[in-house]
Amino acid sequence: MASTYVIPTRMELTRLKRKLVTARRGHKLLKDKRDELMRQFLELVRENRRLREEVEAAINAANKNFVLARSSMSDEILNTALMAPKQEIRLEASTRNVMSVDIPVFETQTRTTDPNDIYCYGYAFTSADLDDSVKRLADVLPDLLRLAEVEKGCQLLADEIEETRRRVNALEHVTIPDTEEMIHSISMKLDEAERSSQVRLMKVKDMMLEKEHHYGEKLIERAAEAGANA
Amino acid sequence: MHKIAVMGDRDSIYGFAALGMEPVPVKETAEAVRKLREMVDGQYAVIYMTEELGSQIRNEIDRYREYELPAIILIPGTSGNTGLGMEQVRRSVIQAVGSDIIFGEDK
Repeated sequence: MASTYVIPTRMELTRLKRKLVTARRGHKLLKDKRDELMRQFLELVRENRRLREEVEAAINAANKNFVLARSSMSDEILNTALMAPKQEIRLEASTRNVMSVDIPVFETQTRTTDPNDIYCYGYAFTSADLDDSVKRLADVLPDLLRLAEVEKGCQLLADEIEETRRRVNALEHVTIPDTEEMIHSISMKLDEAERSSQVRLMKVKDMMLEKEHHYGEKLIERAAEAGANA
Repeated sequence: MHKIAVMGDRDSIYGFAALGMEPVPVKETAEAVRKLREMVDGQYAVIYMTEELGSQIRNEIDRYREYELPAIILIPGTSGNTGLGMEQVRRSVIQAVGSDIIFGEDK
């Protein structure tokens, strides 16, 4: 697995062990982050779906009325009717931090507070279907704004979850096993070197003792004696 | 202070204009892309767009998915609901979870 060559020294071993500890801790933290992000995301996406279904149904209804209005009115009248909107929406965008993801929060203010103050035309030349259409849209407006907030939040969270998941996987399946492998191979090499030097020392000791006390010669003599006695 | 815009064919968006949103009527794809780019650079927090127009400039919309603002939200226009708006939500789910677990559950 470990494709990179590492110098098998004790210093390298310490470094790798430290790296492994950090990687394990990072992996655990990122996994927790991913799980929490996922929980938040699922909550948000369920709301997103519900809102979207409602909003789509309402807009479809409003559009039907609008088409009806259009068919019963001339282009000019319709255009002039909607030319100068009375209402104005002011939107203040701030952000809410969810697990280090900045999710937009919208705060809206309408110019006039009266909810019925949406018809920007006199009723003389316009059809009632137009009123109905505008009314339906006005009713769905809070949901529509909430939908924007939630849907954007979902998109941003989804992005972050994907990224976090990749990082968790990279740590889990690449960094941690690779480091473990390298630690294993270094400790093997170090053990081998230690055994090798142990054997060398024993050999040297043997040679020195031999030189000092001539054990070998004595052993042969003793064997010879034993042979003679037998 | 941010603005809200609504893009699409004229019939679909003029109703929203009455609510105080800024209508941006577009007819051609190239024009839509140019206007959308202008708006992304401007002070727009939310851009509502008809699904019909959205389906023509999908790539352009996908580019702004990871932007914090503006939120580009697809809504049905007078020509009906193409399901592209829901598709965008589904895409978020697939991107996050790896498979579609929200929309498959009640089928």
